[in-house]
Amino acid sequence: MKKLLSQLSIGEGGKIVKVGGEGAIRRRLLDMGITPGAEVYFRKKAPLGDPIEISVRGYELTLRKAEANFAEVELY
Amino acid sequence: MDQLTFALAGNPNSGKTTLFNVLTGSTAHVGNWPGVTVDKKEGVYKKGDEPVAIMDLPGIYSLSPYTPEEVIARNYILKERPSCIINIVDATNLERNLYLTTQLLEVDIPMVVALNMTDVLKKQGDSIDVAALEEALGLPVVEISALREEGTEELMRRAIEAAKTTRDAFSVLKGIPSYGAIENAEIAFKLKDIQYPLFHAVKLVEKDELEVKSHPAEASAAVEYLKKNMKDASPFGEDTEAEIADARYKYIVENYAVALKRGRERKLGELTRSDKVDRVLTNKWAGIPIFLAILFAVFHLTFSENFLYLGSMIPPFAEFCEGIAAMENPWLSIFFSGDGLNSPGAMLFYLMEACTGQIGDWLGLGLTSMGAAGWAVGLVCDGVWGGVASVLSFVPQIMTLFLLFSILEDSGYMARVAFILDRLLRRFGVSGRAFMPMIMGFGCSIPAMINTRTLADEKERAATVRVIPFFSCGAKAPILTAVAGAIIADSANFHSTDLIVYGMYLLGVLVAILSLLLMRSTTMRGKTPPFVMELPTYHMPRFKNLMLHLWDKLKHYIQKAFTIILVSCIVIWVLSNFSWNWTFLMEEVEGEMINQQMDKSILGSIGMLIQPIFTPLGFGSQLGPWGWVFAVAAITGLIAKENVVATFGALAACVPVAIISSDVEGVGEVATMVAATGINVPALISFIMFNMTTIPCFAAVASAKGELGGKRFAWTLVFWMVTSYVVGSVIYTVGTWGWPALIWAAAAAAAIIGIVIYNKKADKKAKLLK
Repeated sequence: MKKLLSQLSIGEGGKIVKVGGEGAIRRRLLDMGITPGAEVYFRKKAPLGDPIEISVRGYELTLRKAEANFAEVELY
Repeated sequence: MDQLTFALAGNPNSGKTTLFNVLTGSTAHVGNWPGVTVDKKEGVYKKGDEPVAIMDLPGIYSLSPYTPEEVIARNYILKERPSCIINIVDATNLERNLYLTTQLLEVDIPMVVALNMTDVLKKQGDSIDVAALEEALGLPVVEISALREEGTEELMRRAIEAAKTTRDAFSVLKGIPSYGAIENAEIAFKLKDIQYPLFHAVKLVEKDELEVKSHPAEASAAVEYLKKNMKDASPFGEDTEAEIADARYKYIVENYAVALKRGRERKLGELTRSDKVDRVLTNKWAGIPIFLAILFAVFHLTFSENFLYLGSMIPPFAEFCEGIAAMENPWLSIFFSGDGLNSPGAMLFYLMEACTGQIGDWLGLGLTSMGAAGWAVGLVCDGVWGGVASVLSFVPQIMTLFLLFSILEDSGYMARVAFILDRLLRRFGVSGRAFMPMIMGFGCSIPAMINTRTLADEKERAATVRVIPFFSCGAKAPILTAVAGAIIADSANFHSTDLIVYGMYLLGVLVAILSLLLMRSTTMRGKTPPFVMELPTYHMPRFKNLMLHLWDKLKHYIQKAFTIILVSCIVIWVLSNFSWNWTFLMEEVEGEMINQQMDKSILGSIGMLIQPIFTPLGFGSQLGPWGWVFAVAAITGLIAKENVVATFGALAACVPVAIISSDVEGVGEVATMVAATGINVPALISFIMFNMTTIPCFAAVASAKGELGGKRFAWTLVFWMVTSYVVGSVIYTVGTWGWPALIWAAAAAAAIIGIVIYNKKADKKAKLLK
């Protein structure tokens, strides 16, 4: 099943299949290791529900839902 | 041969500055969140056979520039050509850190990899096969622990060795479908004799904006190549940006990351210690209350004179404290206020205060016994030492506040605060990252303004720089405590200085939020910038780091007290004791030198001239003969905020009312002025807020100019003046009469409606243009 990275619930994980967006935001996502094929795991949400924290490439990355919307995940 | 220059390059929070400090023996600011270093810093390594210049660069994830700090690092490496790059790699986060390494490999500069935090890695039960990594990278790799100062000499030895050789650029991208385009561009660049042809070729094919702009011919050739060849060759098609990033990571996983030997397999999503702490500190329900509680605890520990509310909870203890206060012994009142036990910050304050008071007494006695003239004793004891002492007394308390903030920062909690508050701050038009420079403003505006360079968006950055002074800095703390103390001295049933101080700090933050909202919906409109960052792991704050931070601050305040403030005090004393025709106004009355006609002094007449400006704020013409002192204090505060209380200190002795004694330096003087002028409480609060929100000190103004430049800076000055004037007026008029609140509310509503309508029209226009 495919979902947007921002729509995962805590504890869910999967493989990135597509990174959309453009310009600086996309570039940064790619640089941080959110590339097709990377494994991600949804760790936690900030108290107000946004931003979120995910595990990717062995470290923890914090990003907003708006930015996480650009990545599509194939769930395990 | 010229002196060697090594550049320290690596990801944010990988320990570059810690290594820099070890190598050069300097004391640059180190913190536990990404983005502490925002400018390049130079030092010298002297422990080897020859001195080596070391350049600490801001942390970067990639050589594609986004933020001003990334541009600084990229430009330095490409334009200054260091003799060797020391690439610091966080061993606990190997894959992501080596991503930058693969880009640095494409630049023909000798390079050494410093594998940092290997001690932490070992603690986790993992290890890295250094020989295998060295083999795979084709670079020297040295295990170090910058924190424990281990392996740094070996690192420098290998780096010096490497610097004396050359290294050919190498790309891990060889063999990917678009590599043909990279090769073509590389050949074209080589023919044009461009330095670092491989690096520029890769960036060009990646469609890096800067690169495409500077080489349009090669760029269109590359686009053509991609069009022809990429359709079926790669799943990414012509999207070379994703293709290249993906290829780098794939290469790292296959060739480099295999050097990492896990002690035991980890499941994706396994909880680390930091996660467990975060379950509480960033908890959905508890996160924000805990943040507020921590902030309150910081202020309570620093300013409270009823520590832990012991006095309120244990009545016999309160009686005991009252008894001690009645003895008026300066040494006993270090520990006890009239209401209870002093907080550590307050104890340090009273201790310092007792010391400076004692020194002042000795100074007076010494000078008199040496036969100094009365006016000279007055100049030295009241004018100079009085002013300097009132500043020095606050230093320990400011240090306490600063220490507590440093602990929060070094532990990694500050980065969580950005995480917790991002959603909230976004409503006001800035990202959670902007919170870090803002909270640094509580220490000092200058480093805070410089730190805004971590913000990617120019408008967000300008707006942040403007509101930083509203986060009341250490030098403004004396204004708060002294005036708040005077308010309490005036009031029979309110005894909580720390509550007033905390409230004033919050009011400053509120003004900052309102200003942000206003700016981001008018002159600084724009989308909220993205928020992509790392949360660092929690660790115990390091004693050495904390002491370095404190020492830096301490030096700064002491220097300031004995230079700019000392001079200001002398100038104020001279101006207040001489009239325009240089008549000395002090007279001997019953053996003591007293200035009874200060209203005739130069300072007095200047003060009276500008006094009416402050009438709407409550400390202008309505105050009567001595009211100009408040106007003068506000003006001297523009030089350094410590001057505000120092001015009261220098002038209180001259007012023709009985000096109100207080065991707190500053409070007595302000209370005396309150008695002499009859200023009311709303006007006093307006006075605090005016000083908090108006143009900051000289040094901060200079930093703002450096960060914003020209026109934006001029408007910033206007913004500060208008804001402080409006804030002061609102507080005074509403506080005194109440009903003006309706007028202010109506004006605010009209402004909001106007802005909304204007913005809607502007948006429509923009849409039409599109």
